[in-house]
Amino acid sequence: MIHSNKFGFTAVVLSMILAGCSSAPTDESTDIEDTAVQTGQVDTSAIDDSAMMDAASAADTVFYFDYDKALLKPESRAALLEHAAALNSNPRSVRLEGHADERGTREYNMALGERRANAVKEFMVLQGVSAGLIEVISYGEERAASYGSNDSAWSMNRRVELK
Amino acid sequence: MALLFLVLSSSAWSELVIRVTQGNDQPTIIAVAPIALNGIQIKEDIGSIVEADLKRSGLFSAIPRRDMLAFPSVASDVYYRDWRMLGTEYLVVGAMIPIGEDRYQLDFSLLNVTAQKTEFNHRVSGSKTQMRDLAHLISDKIYQEITGIRGAFSTRLAYVTANREKGKYVYRLNVSDADGAREKLMLESPEPIMSPSWAPNGKELAYVSFETGRPAIFRQNLVTATRQQLTNFTGLNGAPSWSPDGTKMALVLSKDGNPEIYMLDLASNKFTRLTRHFAIDTEPTWMPDGKHLLFTSDRGGTPQIYKLNIASKATERLTFRGNYNARASLAPDGRTLALIHRSSDTFHVASFDLVTGRMIELTQTRLDESPTVAPNGAMLMYATKQGDRGVLAAVSLDAGVRYVLPAKSGDVREPAWSPFLR
Repeated sequence: MIHSNKFGFTAVVLSMILAGCSSAPTDESTDIEDTAVQTGQVDTSAIDDSAMMDAASAADTVFYFDYDKALLKPESRAALLEHAAALNSNPRSVRLEGHADERGTREYNMALGERRANAVKEFMVLQGVSAGLIEVISYGEERAASYGSNDSAWSMNRRVELK
Repeated sequence: MALLFLVLSSSAWSELVIRVTQGNDQPTIIAVAPIALNGIQIKEDIGSIVEADLKRSGLFSAIPRRDMLAFPSVASDVYYRDWRMLGTEYLVVGAMIPIGEDRYQLDFSLLNVTAQKTEFNHRVSGSKTQMRDLAHLISDKIYQEITGIRGAFSTRLAYVTANREKGKYVYRLNVSDADGAREKLMLESPEPIMSPSWAPNGKELAYVSFETGRPAIFRQNLVTATRQQLTNFTGLNGAPSWSPDGTKMALVLSKDGNPEIYMLDLASNKFTRLTRHFAIDTEPTWMPDGKHLLFTSDRGGTPQIYKLNIASKATERLTFRGNYNARASLAPDGRTLALIHRSSDTFHVASFDLVTGRMIELTQTRLDESPTVAPNGAMLMYATKQGDRGVLAAVSLDAGVRYVLPAKSGDVREPAWSPFLR
């Protein structure tokens, strides 16, 4: 169940990156179909190599946000609950890296990235994770996950990565 | 950090090249005769550098050399009639002679062709490595004489470049002449470099570097390359801005849980918290009086520019038009702000008059950032996108003059225009 979620999610992410900035939104579904097979194959071998991984590490580690917002999306909940449970049973230090899209000013986006990472941190602390285990760092718009100045690239860049 | 380099050598990575895209409607016509070198071997063409400086200001157009009937180098050799026929209003002539070991003297004159008289004569001297400095100084003198505005051709730019080389990020902090020439690498790192800010004496830069794995503010001397880490707090360490007297720095820390403006006293290393609000407070910049700061805050729901009285901590909202006004940069008149303004989903540079409250959009591009006003207030530079690449562009505060400095490669961003250096 978790694995299939992971596959579907990663495939979409990778294919959107592969599709790049050139494709118009209407072409995206075609591109996703074409490339999903490829990325799925890549992921299969990765999972085989790490058969001993626990459940939480297979859950999503990237959480997306709306423009100029730092509210967690409902679809982030399940994976975050898994991470919190894993950290509660097996405490370790984690790093939450907050990011923003390129629109707006750089230092304001640094603040926005931090606000997003803090939103994830607060959720996990509410689930019982020790705040001391969580380091928050913002990269603002300095480390894009997807290049291109369009809505699909921007939506991939407004994110928090759990590491 | 083994991958971090600190260099002062010349770099050819992304040298900037200027293209003037829009000039003044009624430019002053000037002719710059080639400087007589009297056998001195130099690689720079001083007359061409002066001509390019003046043209880039948008206030001048130049008579091409090929149209000139003679190349006089002193006022007494000038036949005014020839130059009047070419339609030029002013003529620059000059000659250089050696005066010692790697020491050269350049006498030049600005001649008013219409009035058939010498406006002024001036003597400058320097070594072979200072030929561009001599040229920019000549440009400054001519510009000031004709426009009444102090020239800013002898100033510098600091900016950040980002490249992906062999799959890895490389961030560089560079300093160049205001025309993009003589680029010098100040810092190179695989981690982000941000927010360069000039010390008011033009000899140091403050900036944000992630080289420790987290953002931290550094100051670096441009001559000696010595540097010092100023902050190492949990959370944001950002947006440094040097006070007009050079003794303090305004900056942003989020160690209290959310971004707040702080003031650092550089002599005592003491931090004073200036804002106290759960919203984002960032991008502080000093008013010329050293007693007030402007900053960006979303305490009203959207990012807007606020003014802060440092002594009383009282704040006042300044911008109301539009749902995004951020990253103010103040012109030397203390009255005109350049800022990033959002309208119909695009981010432009706009000017905002603190007295009348009038906002004027200066650019038509859509992802503009980091406006920085020249110390003479004539032009401002900003970062924008050309295709998918970041470039620097400049526009006059009346929007009448524009030029672009595209880098040969990579992404250029976050220009910071130096203060006057003399």
